[in-house]
Amino acid sequence: MSVTLVNITKIFTDQDDKSKEFTAVDSVNIEIKEGEMVTFLGPSGCGKTTTLRIISGFEKQTKGDVFIDGQLVNDLPANKRNSSMVFQSYAIFPHLTVEQNIGFGLELKGIKKSQIKNEVDAIMATMGLSALGSRQPSQLSGGQQQRVALARAIVTKPRVLLFDEPLSNLDAKLRDQMRTEIRRIQQQFGITSIYVTHDQAEAMTVSDRIMVMDKGRIQQLGTPFEIYSRPTNHFVADFIGRANFFKGMVKKIDTELTLEINQKEYRFPSFNKDVKVGKRATVVLRPEGLKIEKPNDQAFYNGVVQEAVYLGSTVEYQITVKGRTEPIVAISYNPVKEGLYRVGDQVGVSFDAVSAHVIS
Amino acid sequence: MKQRIISSWHDFIRLSKDPLLLGVILLLLISLVLFIIYPLYKVVVVSFQVDGSFSIKNFTDVMTYSNGYYLKALFNSLLMGVATAVLGTFIAYIFAYSLTRANIPGRKFFNLIATIPIISPPFIGALAVIMLFGRNGFVSATLLGMQNANVYGPRGLLFAQVLTFFPVAYITLRGVLESISPTLEDAAMDLGGNRFTIFRKVTLPLSIPGIASSMLVLFVESLADFGNPLVLAGAQFPILSVQAYLEITGMGNFAKGAALAFILLVPSVSAYLLQKYWVSKKQYVTVTGKPTQSSNDVVSPTARRLLFVVCCLIAAVIIMVYASIVWGAFAESWGNSSKLTVQNFVYVWRVGFESVLDTLAIAGLSTPLAGTIGMVIAFLVVRKRFWGRKFMEFSSLLSFALPGTVVGIGYILAFNQHPLYLTGTLLILLLNFIFRYLPVGVQGGVAVLKQIDPSIEEAAIDLGADSNKTFRKVTLPLMIPAFFSSLIFSFVRSMTAISAAIFLVSARWKLMTVQIMSQVESGRIGAAAAFSLILVAIILAAMAVIKLILRLKYHTTSSILSH
Repeated sequence: MSVTLVNITKIFTDQDDKSKEFTAVDSVNIEIKEGEMVTFLGPSGCGKTTTLRIISGFEKQTKGDVFIDGQLVNDLPANKRNSSMVFQSYAIFPHLTVEQNIGFGLELKGIKKSQIKNEVDAIMATMGLSALGSRQPSQLSGGQQQRVALARAIVTKPRVLLFDEPLSNLDAKLRDQMRTEIRRIQQQFGITSIYVTHDQAEAMTVSDRIMVMDKGRIQQLGTPFEIYSRPTNHFVADFIGRANFFKGMVKKIDTELTLEINQKEYRFPSFNKDVKVGKRATVVLRPEGLKIEKPNDQAFYNGVVQEAVYLGSTVEYQITVKGRTEPIVAISYNPVKEGLYRVGDQVGVSFDAVSAHVIS
Repeated sequence: MKQRIISSWHDFIRLSKDPLLLGVILLLLISLVLFIIYPLYKVVVVSFQVDGSFSIKNFTDVMTYSNGYYLKALFNSLLMGVATAVLGTFIAYIFAYSLTRANIPGRKFFNLIATIPIISPPFIGALAVIMLFGRNGFVSATLLGMQNANVYGPRGLLFAQVLTFFPVAYITLRGVLESISPTLEDAAMDLGGNRFTIFRKVTLPLSIPGIASSMLVLFVESLADFGNPLVLAGAQFPILSVQAYLEITGMGNFAKGAALAFILLVPSVSAYLLQKYWVSKKQYVTVTGKPTQSSNDVVSPTARRLLFVVCCLIAAVIIMVYASIVWGAFAESWGNSSKLTVQNFVYVWRVGFESVLDTLAIAGLSTPLAGTIGMVIAFLVVRKRFWGRKFMEFSSLLSFALPGTVVGIGYILAFNQHPLYLTGTLLILLLNFIFRYLPVGVQGGVAVLKQIDPSIEEAAIDLGADSNKTFRKVTLPLMIPAFFSSLIFSFVRSMTAISAAIFLVSARWKLMTVQIMSQVESGRIGAAAAFSLILVAIILAAMAVIKLILRLKYHTTSSILSH
């Protein structure tokens, strides 16, 4: 089942002062294909949760249309949309047992008791909940509650599954485990899913595509690889992972782009369409794309190690460079082979043009 | 303004898609206007009217009547209000502090003792004062051999009111003290404060808002009290609520009665608003992530012993009061003969059986209705957006502030003509009880709902439930503890109500409390005591039943006296 948003805009008015307005979602367009898992990713207040709640029907958009499976659902209330949400707080009914919680949606549909039992048992087996059927929610751990919430959402065979920051209340280890599990179950059932998070690692692991949002607008829509290695703008590059930014002047564009940085010219194979000759542009270099070596004249920059954090498999360096306020962040893999530099050492920084990307 | 109207209109349009919801909201708004606001409006209109036009003549008449007799009544009422507030809060604070901080032995027992007066009729204190300190009183006559001891007047009344209302203050202050994390005191001690300094600089300042709140509540309760002053005030020490009653039932002067009621209303409502909108916002919340362990060492051994003795004394007084009621109920003739007998109960059975049935019927009918309506209002107020929401919350809680006398006068003024002629009917008593004891349910329901994450209800909607099913299957079950505690409260209040009900009873519908009152007035102390005992027994039985239902059916053992 596909989900399509056309020009979705949501403006909130202040409850006390009705003249104050706030645009939470601004002209969002996206087409989510059947069986696809798309993540809405962005900082808090970027409009991702509001967009999700508009799809579920809990919020009504100010402008625009929502289509589920080609059907216009603008006027369909939340209880008739046949979408299922997994809530941040899990929203397990505290007065019902695990089985009753999972069977709640089926019961509302008026399905026969025996069939409900079969379906609930089946989903509990898939989710590893079989032993917990008669438990009260208060007797469950965070991870188990999460599974119950997911089972309850899936068992009704919804047209679309919605996740509202489902893992933010779990500890780090369980979070890693659950996100792979969510992805496995989503693929096993092939349910079109939308996943809201502010955690980029989570977005990277579970998604087919990521929609990066900021200030209510889509900043970039693409696969995890595209988002990370080919960011469309400064916000995306900065928000996803860590990045070093170097400003320069665009000299020439052919199959590659020639940028002048620090009175030297460099050629980059990857660049955005909106970069123009004669205009300023910024090259984005991830820490792992930089190489630390002995200081030399061919180096991109020469500087001094300000901080070195040794993590065993990697070393993280912060290097101060003359003429730059921000230190350059670089990660060196296999320090045994590459050599270890200490704080105060003079070093040279160079890069591999393939791992760089130029934005305007 | 225009924006506001437009957004209200949008709210309305949205609601009209859910006709059941809209209908319920409209019905409730109309009922609140009719049975809470309209009687109040009638009191104001009648008191400010002479011969159909606006006048303050009723007030000037009342104030100059009999050399300022009513002025004195106003002064006395305010004086009693302040005295009860201060003394009641002081005793309650000692009690609450001892129980939450001093780690004295027998805390469960003391807690039980302090909550007993809540479930007994409000004039038990007055009855006990007469039995203990009156002309034939156990303490005054038997123990001290005094002749003609006079308990009528301010001292006896103060004793009765403090006894009756200090539990309310105790429950408030206990809550406040419990919410102050003991680690704050540990921290202060760690920083080198001695125990008394810690109390002065940390514990006391943190409980100031609670103390202020408790004083205002006691002030309102004392002003509104009717049963105790009717028995104990006497002609030399007039009290406003009693005088308003006498003006109406004794002299049939509705305009003057309404004027007195209005005068009574002003300080009550002011104190209530002050408490609700100012003091309660000043409450400190000491947030801590985990339940905190404390050494509980903020009270020195000497102070602990002292507090224990004080608590024992307070408990002894309360026990003495109730013991005297029990004893009086079985005594052949209080103060004259110490022979035990059941003749008082036989007498009560003969003259009062009908009133027992009536009272049970009225309380039994009004209680579930008040509880249910309270839950529905709480749900609407917390979870829905609609025009009139603020009004619904305010008016449904307003009864807290309204002295029963004012409400009673309002009801007879409002419902004595067509199309709303209800005087003397069962319906007027039911409506009065439902809307008077609504606030507890509303308040309890609101508190519970604010703790329930809205996403729990959204989850139900998401899974296909409409608003009706969501309320019935998810919200209501979660509100069950609040619902039952409001049931208990409104049952207790309905059984023990007198101030408003005394205006509404008739030959056909009698209330036990009113009957007890008339026994007291005609000097049949033993019968009144026996009657009171039966009343308390019924209440205890009802509470036991409700608790049993809760335990068996819902597996909760929530503290139902915590309101």
